[in-house]
Amino acid sequence: MYPSDYRYTKEHEWVKVSGDTGTIGITDYAQHELGDVVFVELPDVGAKLKTGDVFGTIESVKAVSEIYAPVSGDVVETNAALSATPESVNSDPHGAAWLIKIKLANPAEVSGLMDAAAYQAFVSEKEASA
Amino acid sequence: MRYLPKGVSERRDMLAAIGARSIETLFAAIPEQFRLKEPLRLPGAMSEYEIIEYFRARAAENSCGYSSFLGAGVYNHLRSVVTDGLIQRGEFLTSYTPYQAEISQGTLQAIFEFQTLMCELTGMEVANASMWDGSTATTEAVLMAERLTGKHRVVVARSLHPEYRQVLETYTRNLGLQIHEIGFTGSGQADSTRLDAAIDSETAAVVVQSPNFFGVLEQIPQLAQLAHAKGALLVVAITEGVSLGAARPPIEADIVAMEAQSFGLPPSYGGPYAGVIATRDKFVRQMPGRLAGETVDSTGRRGYVLTLATREQHIRREKATSNICTNQALCALAATIHLCLLGKEGLKELAAQNLAKARFALEQLETIPGVRRAFSGPFFNEFAVEFPRSVKMVNADLLRKKIIGPLPLGSSYADLTKRALFCVTETTSRVEIERMVAAIREILSKPV
Repeated sequence: MYPSDYRYTKEHEWVKVSGDTGTIGITDYAQHELGDVVFVELPDVGAKLKTGDVFGTIESVKAVSEIYAPVSGDVVETNAALSATPESVNSDPHGAAWLIKIKLANPAEVSGLMDAAAYQAFVSEKEASA
Repeated sequence: MRYLPKGVSERRDMLAAIGARSIETLFAAIPEQFRLKEPLRLPGAMSEYEIIEYFRARAAENSCGYSSFLGAGVYNHLRSVVTDGLIQRGEFLTSYTPYQAEISQGTLQAIFEFQTLMCELTGMEVANASMWDGSTATTEAVLMAERLTGKHRVVVARSLHPEYRQVLETYTRNLGLQIHEIGFTGSGQADSTRLDAAIDSETAAVVVQSPNFFGVLEQIPQLAQLAHAKGALLVVAITEGVSLGAARPPIEADIVAMEAQSFGLPPSYGGPYAGVIATRDKFVRQMPGRLAGETVDSTGRRGYVLTLATREQHIRREKATSNICTNQALCALAATIHLCLLGKEGLKELAAQNLAKARFALEQLETIPGVRRAFSGPFFNEFAVEFPRSVKMVNADLLRKKIIGPLPLGSSYADLTKRALFCVTETTSRVEIERMVAAIREILSKPV
């Protein structure tokens, strides 16, 4: 379910590192909790993000949620396709519906995040207590 | 909800249910010195007959037979009994905000019609279900511009209604917004040279009113160009909606904030009136307040819903786009009915009458020695003139002749003493104008 080469946050974002670039999205658990996504608001390219900064919002038919930066860095690309097809956040949250790419300010930050197994355990616990 | 007082036995039952022996034991936690020892000083109960007599007597104290030349944000216009007849229907009068689309189709459709009318009037693409009033709508427009631009400085024309500026200042005092005010020229319009110099790269919005507080129409296309050239948005406030029957709509604006009182709502102490926010489609997600939308149900039939409600405070709490976006559904309904009764041609004719009568009044006033027009810019139904003496003194004499005189601009603008702001609408008759002009001529002909 959760790709093993991604890292995860407690706010249900994922980051995939390749070189000094981090691709960021929200998890399958998050999209399921949100319900049908109708709008995604993303930052401008060039925006400087610190870990924990709100960098955008995801609007579903029942809620608007903030998206937090899992790691620090400068936004180098945003997923333009999401403005036309926000529903892909529901259908392919770990792939086509990535949100932004950032140039990592400090690649070491990534190791502080959960790996797939830890995240799976984290959401299983949430589901059990829900 | 019913607001019926409780009887003795109900009080006793309620006290028994919570285990209190008396009202005194219930309030025992309140320190002795803060408790009221004697009964409230209120008049005794009245019978229905006495209540009616009481209000009849109060109504007789109302000033009847006065002519008024006051405007300045609130306008006296003709109203139809049809409007009151319809808005007093229980389905509209007693219903609260429609959260459940399934049972509120009539209210939602009326709000949708209101939004459509406001878009047609202002030249904008989307309007909300109404705001508290024009002043809070203007402030909400500024906050919206802050969210859209991520900037926190605003350039405000002093020709914006002084009370609107006060509301903006009060509302944003602790929000870190920087307000920069710019003056006006001899035309009564915002000083575009100073305005241009005041806009910088940190400016979220330029705020002007048109027709402005002096009744003068601002040059919206030019002001929009100045704002947009530096990445700022243009917010246009409108206090007199009837002007849109004659003036070009502010289509270059990014956000229009309007007071809808002129559309079927009588002047009264502070309202209730209805504010409007209209904007471009691309800004809809930062627009405060409710929004009714048209859609189809599962069988393809037309239906109405509240849309984009995810931005609102009952869902987004402290992150909502607005936390005082009170919707004035009943007032908005009155405006909708009023505008539908008027129709497009009716509104144009109404505006033409306002224009003609205001011009006639100014021409007549200018024949009085020492009285001259204060600003040269084009105006709608309000204009300022300069008197050779204090406006308040003239007004005191006018009042004795059953004429409520113009607004003394010196009360809000220290640099505009002896300037009087007149308002003339379709309700002002030629006889009233002539009587007012003759009275001022007589007052000014006598030594102070």
